[in-house]
Amino acid sequence: MNFWNDPVNFIGQWLGGLLSGLGLAPSLVNFLLSLLGVLVLAMGSLLFTIFLIWYERKILGRIQDRLGPNRVGPFGLIQPIADMMKIFTKEYITPIGADWLPYNLAPIMAVASVLLLYAVIPFGNRMVGVDLNVGVLYLVAIGGFGILAIVMAGWSSNNKYALLGAFRVIALLVSYEVPMVLALLVPVLLSGSMGMSAIVQAQAGGFWYLFVAPLAALVFFLSSIAEVGRAPFDLIEAESEIVAGFNIEYSGLKFGFFYVAEFLHSFTVSVIFATVFLGGWQGPGAATYPLLGFVYFIVKAWIVYFVLLLFRGSLPRFRIDQMMDLNWKVLTPLSLSLVVVIALVDKLLANVSLLVRGIGLLSSSLVVGFVAVEIMRQAGAKRRREVAPAFEHREAASGSAPVQPGSGGGL
Amino acid sequence: MIPLSWYLVFSAALFSIGLFGVLARKNAIAILMGVELMLNAVNINLIAFWRYLTPTQVAGPAFVTMVFATAAAEVAVGLALIISAYRRRNTVTADEIDLLKG
Amino acid sequence: MTSIQIIFLLAAAGTLAAGVFVVSSPKILHAALWLIVSLFGIAIMFALLQANFFAVIQVVVYIGAIAILIIFGVMLTRRIMQDTGLQLTRFWWGAALASLGIFAGLITMLSGWKAADIALPEMSSSGTTQAISQLGQALVSPDAYVLPFEAASILLVVAMIGAIYIALDRK
Repeated sequence: MNFWNDPVNFIGQWLGGLLSGLGLAPSLVNFLLSLLGVLVLAMGSLLFTIFLIWYERKILGRIQDRLGPNRVGPFGLIQPIADMMKIFTKEYITPIGADWLPYNLAPIMAVASVLLLYAVIPFGNRMVGVDLNVGVLYLVAIGGFGILAIVMAGWSSNNKYALLGAFRVIALLVSYEVPMVLALLVPVLLSGSMGMSAIVQAQAGGFWYLFVAPLAALVFFLSSIAEVGRAPFDLIEAESEIVAGFNIEYSGLKFGFFYVAEFLHSFTVSVIFATVFLGGWQGPGAATYPLLGFVYFIVKAWIVYFVLLLFRGSLPRFRIDQMMDLNWKVLTPLSLSLVVVIALVDKLLANVSLLVRGIGLLSSSLVVGFVAVEIMRQAGAKRRREVAPAFEHREAASGSAPVQPGSGGGL
Repeated sequence: MIPLSWYLVFSAALFSIGLFGVLARKNAIAILMGVELMLNAVNINLIAFWRYLTPTQVAGPAFVTMVFATAAAEVAVGLALIISAYRRRNTVTADEIDLLKG
Repeated sequence: MTSIQIIFLLAAAGTLAAGVFVVSSPKILHAALWLIVSLFGIAIMFALLQANFFAVIQVVVYIGAIAILIIFGVMLTRRIMQDTGLQLTRFWWGAALASLGIFAGLITMLSGWKAADIALPEMSSSGTTQAISQLGQALVSPDAYVLPFEAASILLVVAMIGAIYIALDRK
């Protein structure tokens, strides 16, 4: 074993030998090494967030025809650090009647629930915190803690806007968990395992689930944007409707925690997407050189994050009823039927070559998607025909606009 | 190594706490929480017996799965009932929902 | 006293203490938050029993769904939050007696049972994975648990429709 073939275990053994040489008990050495791994992972992802904030502001600025931060440091790179300093020095204000323990616990839980997700992500070959055999379920379980943090923040602030934000969070996130879990079932079905490493291994040789099951990837992507609470699904903290939602009463570093949690979470869902649908660290030469796999992995996650930012920058916010409609009338039935169809096709094509199996799965996905789009088109056309007479009547009554027979029906 | 009896004592204690909650609390939602504690105590027993006595059979985990499904259904219906009662009677205190009392 | 025993005792003490707070906390939302702590302690118990699958399912179902639903219910029935004073019925001592009696009865029953101090049979990590797939197959195989499984799914559907019907605001 050398550094290039297995960096994590190499460093682990070297440090373990060093610590044992100091005369520590083996169990203590193991404990210290695990603690060090946790620290490196948590601090690394938190420090990475500083860069993410700069990147996101720069991209959003470009989308909105601005320059973005460009004053502090080269290209404004130091701007997030300056913001951090500002937030550190701000005063903490606790509203009257706030519930002390949940109020202070909520920001910590919000960050922790995101950091915990990194425990099961394989960053490269043999570079994974814990290779749980129920890794996918673990991701879903930790998502529940994120919801809980927001609910606690909204409730304990003793503010009606915060409470409204908390209500929206429960309604939104709990319902969007349904299509997300169903979409995650598709990779689990195809790889035959719930472990993250096994899912990545099953995508070796370009058998990425994005190509094999594009519809599941789309459903997962949309519902994970909703799970993060990003635009166009940012009703949780809609500034123009409920001021700032659940975090309205937080100031200083406590608000900073929620801010960091949001940025880190949106990168984390990109990371999960890259792991489950884009083959994780898979790529040429990645199996022998895990560090190369790590680079591939970050690049893939980065591309997904960029698409997420394009969504955020270009789409307007949904109304709450439209969000619920999208979830319960489109995504949930779609993902349910997708799971059934994929399970059936996968079982039928169990004994053929990988290429034929992939083409079969892809075409079944496309058929399901085509049927779904056709049903939605028909329903939309029917709805427009129902609504059209009312519009014509109103236009005729006002007398200003000329009445166009059959307008709206043919769209 | 942890002997089986520790789990059994633990789940018995949790069951009793849940029972106290069900019998003594005024608030209907708190009564639901007590029921949840009792169901969880049962689950611990089922898993512990399965792991210690019959690790090769599936009866234990199958029962636990059923308990999970039942608990989810129970909470959904229970909360719907409580919210419905709250809308009509403006209270969730179990003592005050006494229309059937003669 | 091995380290795993210490973990068990800490988790058990935490869970039971949280359980006591659930049934005694005057603020109902605090009771719900303590319930989450207690449910998490039970997930730790499952993990100690090497039932990882059930530990994670416990967090998904109980904390992710049931506890959140309960908090939602608490928020929707908010006026009782202002209630101060005793949240227990007049006969709480009777309830305490009954639960203590049941606890004492269970303990006496256990103390007379010889098989209670056996050790945990070893199970490898592949063994636990195998147990999950065994469970999955048993749940849908006709000569095992397909009937209870289908009954549970019907129960869930009925509960869902019933809950919507009951809680619907008819104006």
